[in-house]
Amino acid sequence: MAQHSTLKDGQKDSHILYLDGVSVSFDGFKALNNLSFVIEPGEMRAIIGPNGAGKTTMMDVITGKTKPDVGEVFFKNGIDLTKHDEAFIANLGIGRKFQKPTVYESQTVFHNLELSLKGDKGVMTTLFSALNDAEVARIMEILGVIRLTEKAGDLAGSLSHGQKQWLEIGMLLMQDPDLLLVDEPVAGMTDAETEQTAILLREISKTHSVVVVEHDMEFIRALNTKVTVLHEGSVLAEGSLDVVQNNQRVVDVYLGR
Amino acid sequence: MDVINNTQKGPFVSLMTGLPGGGKTFLGILLVAALLVPLCNLVLPGSSAFHMPTYLVSLMGKYVCFALLALSVDLIWGFAGILSLGHGAFFALGGYAMGMYLMRQIGTRGVYGNPELPDFMVFLNWTELPWYWYGFDIFAFAMLMVVLVPGFLAFVFGWFAFRARVTGVYLSIITQAMTYALLLAFFRNDMGFGGNNGLTDFKDILGLDLQADGTRLGLFVASLIALAFGYLVSCFITQSKLGRVLIAIRDAESRTRFSGYRVEYYKLFVFVVSAVLAGIAGALYVPQVGIINPSEFSPANSIEVVIWVAVGGRGTLWGAVLGAFLVNWGKSYFTGSFPEAWLYMLGGLFVGTTLFLPKGIVGTFSIWIEKLKNLRQPGRTLPATANAKEE
Repeated sequence: MAQHSTLKDGQKDSHILYLDGVSVSFDGFKALNNLSFVIEPGEMRAIIGPNGAGKTTMMDVITGKTKPDVGEVFFKNGIDLTKHDEAFIANLGIGRKFQKPTVYESQTVFHNLELSLKGDKGVMTTLFSALNDAEVARIMEILGVIRLTEKAGDLAGSLSHGQKQWLEIGMLLMQDPDLLLVDEPVAGMTDAETEQTAILLREISKTHSVVVVEHDMEFIRALNTKVTVLHEGSVLAEGSLDVVQNNQRVVDVYLGR
Repeated sequence: MDVINNTQKGPFVSLMTGLPGGGKTFLGILLVAALLVPLCNLVLPGSSAFHMPTYLVSLMGKYVCFALLALSVDLIWGFAGILSLGHGAFFALGGYAMGMYLMRQIGTRGVYGNPELPDFMVFLNWTELPWYWYGFDIFAFAMLMVVLVPGFLAFVFGWFAFRARVTGVYLSIITQAMTYALLLAFFRNDMGFGGNNGLTDFKDILGLDLQADGTRLGLFVASLIALAFGYLVSCFITQSKLGRVLIAIRDAESRTRFSGYRVEYYKLFVFVVSAVLAGIAGALYVPQVGIINPSEFSPANSIEVVIWVAVGGRGTLWGAVLGAFLVNWGKSYFTGSFPEAWLYMLGGLFVGTTLFLPKGIVGTFSIWIEKLKNLRQPGRTLPATANAKEE
């Protein structure tokens, strides 16, 4: 890998996320094949790639759901993510939005955000928990950001598809993560909703590092950010959208189809 | 806005200021039963139409114990999505702990008159009390074991099962295996729990004659208190933030994990609480029916409990109690009148509930009531929505 050689020991610490030579295989199928890339603090990165390119597996590895066969995965200050589980990594400061919007459907929008609030997630603390005014204010603030203030008392299951996507982004923001991993945030959204989501993510990226996995080229153009193209579990190309769109290998495997 | 106020109160205040729908009525009914049943049994003469014979008091007491067992299953199934098909095991273990105390109370009044060894041990030519029977002559110790033994088994079982992320039907199957394994173990004479016959021929509890009307009433009222206690504990848990985490786990387990919750510890907590409640139910059940034997571990018993909960309404707490009463009353009635037909009716009931009342009796009724309210107040949707708009 071209990047592999450029990453030197000691550089790990300056990145928010550092993947080096990560491989994962399932029953002989290589979902990730020597994948390496880095995300800088405060950066927004779009990741594209055809189905099966390893996008979701990459997120599973970063969030502790899947352990890599080989390779290094480090989060700010050299925390080795391969040694921890999902809950620990979430509390470290990595938020993940699923491809299919996943919210707590039988609970209110307000409670969805309450449950995602950053803090001690121990069993006994949670049993005796009562929100203070600052926490309520924080929830109300996020409700405003995701434009669901009016829906605070509604069940999350009654929201439209696009609103559920926003609610899940709001739930990530409640965790106040350093890094957000956002999987297909505009799938199934109307054009207007897609546009608003791009604005929302650009706003978020001012204060957080964001990795967006997406298929929608118009949306990525609207994000106006660096793009990494995955193919067969490794990085095929990296750069601005215009650069990767004119890359012959990218055109061959993905965009040209 | 109500949603916000409730989350700011914390679980203690929530419990004191508000119970879930129908909760106050439910506790009121328990209180009325605790007052009325002793009155009808002791004060009213036998000739009165409202006189309640003692056998009926004990039958009701038995139902109340089943209701507490159903409540314990609803707590984990309805709120955390853990379908235990082996909860009868915790009920039976609580029952055995109580049975061991009652056996030690028999003393020299047994058939063989041995002051220390229960009859079945004398019969097996044992000369010494096994070590695990020590202390069961002390009521407080036995009561501690009623809580600790089911709780400990649930902790060990849950520790391995939940950490290994066993969920859904696989978890249900291993809970069945657990209760079946205990059934086989308790059948063995050399386990020291009376084998096939179990523990029986009890004489008294805390020095009170178990056959006396007063003792029977006392046990009935104690069962009601235990049920009310179990209900309040369940409400405390389900109204707290932990209760909302449990529902989150039930509905979207991996989302909950990625939000930073250690799902296995939450499941373990509620599973242990539930097992302890089931153990208490078993301990109150044994003196009222006069026997505990390995058949209480049979997998079919545990499955029946799940049917009570499904009929009453999963996730409604007092619906589980209602289901336990209705199905057991039906069982008592129909096994008397049409003994061959009962199992078919039980099966039919489960199929019927699943097909026509998927939310159970209470769940279905609350939907109807909500619809009626909407008819009366056009423009009103969900109560929570109305509150949100006031904000």
